[in-house]
Amino acid sequence: MEKFVYLDNAATTKISEEVLKEMLPFLQESYGNASTIYSIGRESRSAIEKARKQIATAIGCLPQEVFFTSGGTESDNWAIQGTARRLARKGKNHIITTNIEHHAVLHTCEMLEKQGFEVTYLKVDSEGFVSAKQVEEAIKDTTCLVTVMYANNEIGTIQPIKDIGKICRDKGVWFHTDAVQALSNVNVNVVEQNIDLMSISSHKIHGPKGVGVLYIKRGIVLDNIITGGGQERSKRSGTENVSGIVGFGYAITEAIRDMTEKVKNINILKNHLIESVLKIPFSSINGSLENRLCFNINFSFGSIEGESLLLMLDLKGICASSGSACTSGSLDPSHVLLALGKSHEVAHGSLRISLGKYTTKQEIDYLIEVLPPIVDRLREISPLWKN
Amino acid sequence: MLYTEKLMEHFTNPKNVGVIENPDGFGEVGNAKCGDIMQMYISVNDKEEITDIKFKTFGCGAAIATSSVATTMVKGKTIREALKITNKEVIEALEEIPAVKVHCSVLAEQALKSAVSDYYTKRGIDPTPIVGIIDESAAHH
Repeated sequence: MEKFVYLDNAATTKISEEVLKEMLPFLQESYGNASTIYSIGRESRSAIEKARKQIATAIGCLPQEVFFTSGGTESDNWAIQGTARRLARKGKNHIITTNIEHHAVLHTCEMLEKQGFEVTYLKVDSEGFVSAKQVEEAIKDTTCLVTVMYANNEIGTIQPIKDIGKICRDKGVWFHTDAVQALSNVNVNVVEQNIDLMSISSHKIHGPKGVGVLYIKRGIVLDNIITGGGQERSKRSGTENVSGIVGFGYAITEAIRDMTEKVKNINILKNHLIESVLKIPFSSINGSLENRLCFNINFSFGSIEGESLLLMLDLKGICASSGSACTSGSLDPSHVLLALGKSHEVAHGSLRISLGKYTTKQEIDYLIEVLPPIVDRLREISPLWKN
Repeated sequence: MLYTEKLMEHFTNPKNVGVIENPDGFGEVGNAKCGDIMQMYISVNDKEEITDIKFKTFGCGAAIATSSVATTMVKGKTIREALKITNKEVIEALEEIPAVKVHCSVLAEQALKSAVSDYYTKRGIDPTPIVGIIDESAAHH
């Protein structure tokens, strides 16, 4: 069999065998619409409510605070647009976020700006962090929402969520966090961490694609952004993705159960990888190594371009990711790496490796073996490489 | 697949990579900001034939492949013949390239023009009537 090494777990993950097994009956047998009264409809309803409880347990909230969506992007859109629309009627039209958010947040904020909202984009430091103090200083009377990602998808840096949440609580401003990357890698608890709204996604934690959750703290009312038949207690319409929801429930339960061991194993592999790769001349790591998700490593190799590097790795059967413009179809390299103050050359030449629970030492050793000659080869071709 | 087999062939085994010491013409286009830099070196004989050509490219797979294929297309040709080669022909030589990568083929065409322009300038000849205006930013729409 041809070599296949998957090192892009921040992009998506392989569905777990157990999760898939739990989902299948809801596609083939109990396929009833959860809004109906007959047996297979009731089975769907009770499966959804079971998953809701599993998710509530995992993030430390009440089941009635869990709302199913189509994924992280929809959850982010709902939290931000739903807050903005609701609170604009009370004269609050200012949003605070950071310059390293996922595009689901950034582009939503930009759209609201065009509609007349005011948005403050807090700048991260060179290590990839914002501080609670920055948030505090940016809050004003008109602020309706602070949205700061729990951990960054490109560089894995974990923001001081609990402190930011505390400040928002004290000032009476709603606090949303996109915890899509953080979930199952660090202890995410909405009560301990003072979170009012939180987006999470199933496919990043070995669940199926197309299902996410927005946690909405009791007492907070958002405007709906998807209207229709009144599912999800009239907050988010659309026939429930029953098998997906069931899968998410099992995936989160499994992920939380196995987290400690997974993090321990990944840390061993990560340290091994970093130590070996940094032996390549003019290689560096983007973003702090402290307060960073264990599975995310973002390297830069001077004088080479990321897409070329990904193509070469793909030819060796390795799946990874880059902040290079060429991989996104735009001409701008990663906004996250630029926000750290990195040069365009460094931003274009980045390589994101994201490990997962199925990653083995053999796979990491294989990457360590094939990567240096690829970097050498691309440098031979590069006019920026001055040996 | 993002790229054709032909393109991948030129990407994995690019032709004419390197530099020419004391070249008759040298050109560079693009910049790191956009993620592509292309350099071309040419040797030209008395009959104005391009006897040797080398390139170095910082860029994506398409940038490297278009540089490579462009050098193979002009090597051995006269300057006048070489200048007639368009980015369209570069693309055709690779069968096709994704729409977002068309700028890479323009870059290859401009890099060659830039090298030829340098060749004429070194000989005290105004290159503009022969080469035209080099659009170093053509690649950055």
